[in-house]
Amino acid sequence: FAGLADVSIAEDIPVEGEITVPVGSHSPDEDYSTLDEPVKDTIMRDLKAVGKKFVHVMYPKKSSALLRDWDLWGPLVLCVSLALMLQGGSADSKEDGGPQFAEVFVIIWFGAVVITLNSKLLGGTISFFQSLCVLGYCVLPLTVAMLVCRLVLLAGSGTVSFIIRLIVVVAMFGWSTLASTAFLADSQPPNRKALVVYPIFLFYFVISWMILTFTPQ
Amino acid sequence: VASLVLYLFAEFDDAANLLAANPDATTISIDEPAEIPKNQRGHRQEPGREEDDELLGTDDSDKTELLAGQKKSAPFWTFEYYQTFFDVDTYQVLDRIKGSVFPVPGKNFVRLYVRSNPDLYGPFWICATLVFTIAVSGNLSNFFIHLGKPTYHYVPEFRKVSIAATTIYAYAWLVPLALWGFLMWRNSKVMNIVSYSFLEIVCVYGYSLFIYIPTAILWIIPQKVVRWVLMMFSLCLSGSVLVMTFWPAVRDDNRRIALATVGTIVLLHALLAVGCLAYFFDAPELDFAAPVTPAHNVSTVITKSQ
Repeated sequence: FAGLADVSIAEDIPVEGEITVPVGSHSPDEDYSTLDEPVKDTIMRDLKAVGKKFVHVMYPKKSSALLRDWDLWGPLVLCVSLALMLQGGSADSKEDGGPQFAEVFVIIWFGAVVITLNSKLLGGTISFFQSLCVLGYCVLPLTVAMLVCRLVLLAGSGTVSFIIRLIVVVAMFGWSTLASTAFLADSQPPNRKALVVYPIFLFYFVISWMILTFTPQ
Repeated sequence: VASLVLYLFAEFDDAANLLAANPDATTISIDEPAEIPKNQRGHRQEPGREEDDELLGTDDSDKTELLAGQKKSAPFWTFEYYQTFFDVDTYQVLDRIKGSVFPVPGKNFVRLYVRSNPDLYGPFWICATLVFTIAVSGNLSNFFIHLGKPTYHYVPEFRKVSIAATTIYAYAWLVPLALWGFLMWRNSKVMNIVSYSFLEIVCVYGYSLFIYIPTAILWIIPQKVVRWVLMMFSLCLSGSVLVMTFWPAVRDDNRRIALATVGTIVLLHALLAVGCLAYFFDAPELDFAAPVTPAHNVSTVITKSQ
């Protein structure tokens, strides 16, 4: 750098600026290490995050909280509870019965992975786990529907109970699809939105069908 | 030599057409020869060539290889490589579905709709929809058929979903693989003008299965005649799409082999439809004809456990 040897900055020109090192999104660690806090605080923080996401699903607004801080606890809890509630629907555990626990689990997770891959292949900008998170959390209305169905089936299993179950399941299916579409559709290129929404519709339709056709022994 | 030169010029002409239809395809531009064919086409157009153009897609098949090679240039272990198979917009998918449901006689589905952009979205999701439609419709139709009987207890028959999935996905992927292998083998023996890539064959098969989705829904109607009429109708439509696609690829071959190939394609397609109808949908009249004897319970148990 021979040519720069005689470069000097005049005294009256202020040189100022900022040097910042991007820290990333490790915001919880900025003040203190979470290693020393009581276990209750750690658990409550995660539970609050999951609970907040549940609320976001029930009132789907255009908030980015669901997308930004994704977690898969909620989907796991929902999936396990839905699969457990769908048990006891197999007639003689012959081939004609309802879905087994493993089948429900595989359908939900494999279906969510396939839909996520589909939206990424079509050019979506959402990340893999964010999409899984949204799809998993939006199973919440259908889990509520399953709970309601089981309660209604305790009362009786005639035509009236079927109509009630049908209405509840259809309403929750619509809610799930609309909630997940509200979160996911924005990350797609505009001329392919329908191509991305249709598999989500199919996914929740299959889950709703499993819930509606549940017949206890 | 002159005809070869004209063949090359006609190729470039079609390249211009193709570019006009697909402006964002990555191509190299060769300006000079594009001007010439407009004059040549006027006086050297052979009489049958127009119709052959449409049906065979002769010049385009070489073009498709050229463009396809330039589009799918990412190595196969990257994500971008697989994104090239999903490079379709909503209206394109809808157009392809429409083309499979309303086959225009004389028009080749691959040449008209796929046009060197085969996608995997259509085949995959049409198969998925078909699997669940058949399982759900079969379940519903059995429910309605057996509704009034006292010994009937509704079961969701969930196992049949996995069977349906295996069958339909195997059909939609293994049969094109076998067909592609067979066509490649014949191509090495007989110089066929038209050749399809594996993905184009998968595309045609996938989209041709679309007609079975409304057919499966309508199969809920518990009338044997209605079901068979629906099956014949959908078999004709989707079979004709397949025949019109593959006939140009084999017709330069030995007559008997060509007919056998097309016949096998249609036969497998029919077997799929008949098999699905027989396995997932119980026969409607069987229960009314069952005699009310002690053997009655045995026969209903047998039909239930089918």
